[in-house]
Amino acid sequence: MWMTFVDFAVAGMVAIGMALILARLFVGPTLYDRVLAVNAFGTKTVLFLVVFAMMVGEPAAIDIALLYALMNFIATIAILKFFRYRSLEVALSQMALRRALDGEDDA
Amino acid sequence: MDVTQYFDYALMAMLLAVGVAIIRLRNLFAVVMLTGVYSLLSAAWFTSLDALDVGFTEAAVGAGISTVLLLAAMLLTSRECDKVTASRHWAALAVCVAAGAALFYALPDMAPYGAADSPANTGPGMEYMTRTAEDMKNIPNVVTAVLGSYRGFDTMGEVFVVFAAGVGVALLLGLSGRRREEDQ
Repeated sequence: MWMTFVDFAVAGMVAIGMALILARLFVGPTLYDRVLAVNAFGTKTVLFLVVFAMMVGEPAAIDIALLYALMNFIATIAILKFFRYRSLEVALSQMALRRALDGEDDA
Repeated sequence: MDVTQYFDYALMAMLLAVGVAIIRLRNLFAVVMLTGVYSLLSAAWFTSLDALDVGFTEAAVGAGISTVLLLAAMLLTSRECDKVTASRHWAALAVCVAAGAALFYALPDMAPYGAADSPANTGPGMEYMTRTAEDMKNIPNVVTAVLGSYRGFDTMGEVFVVFAAGVGVALLLGLSGRRREEDQ
């Protein structure tokens, strides 16, 4: 009973954190605020799912949390590539080379 | 009483807030971000409703692939959306209200969540509950066993369809953004 209450309280606090990040995502004056907010929101979702899996005693939900962490990474890389290179086709291995050729000016 | 229902309410409230924000925002980049967050939230909600396989699909397709595809589409278009005239808002509102009213009209016919005598729990799928336990030991989720084994051929067809759709969209969008540079 006591552990159930702790799980519930932790999941509730993570949910409140998700709501606060959502507020930053809605008003966020610059685009970089929003990129950071989306990234932090993904992390909060992973945490929420792990606590939730503990709460309902279903370890399979932790697999979903792992998939989320991977997907969050893909989305963040795509967003940053979009900003830096205006293209999603540049391979990560060529990015340093491309930056050296272009100089340090912002894309 | 099940405490997880409070998380369902919280997640649904956040889904509603994100949906309203997607409609209100003019900055298309923020809208792309918010659609990714919408997918994450709905996948978390599906998980909380014990639909792990749906949550898995939503996380992979919605949060991962569709964010990348929407970004690729943004390479070909502008960063702000145009003003929409009020008359088109009214037409869309009328369609939404009509669909919502139809859904609320159908709501009383739905069986309660998890009811033992609902059509989903008494239909032909129930024989798999015992068959899965006999055929495969220690399978935690019957739905995953049905999708991956008994209906494996059907699932493979779905994979082909989704792959063909993804390749088609990637070819259409180009992902390189070169056309946009040529336009300028």
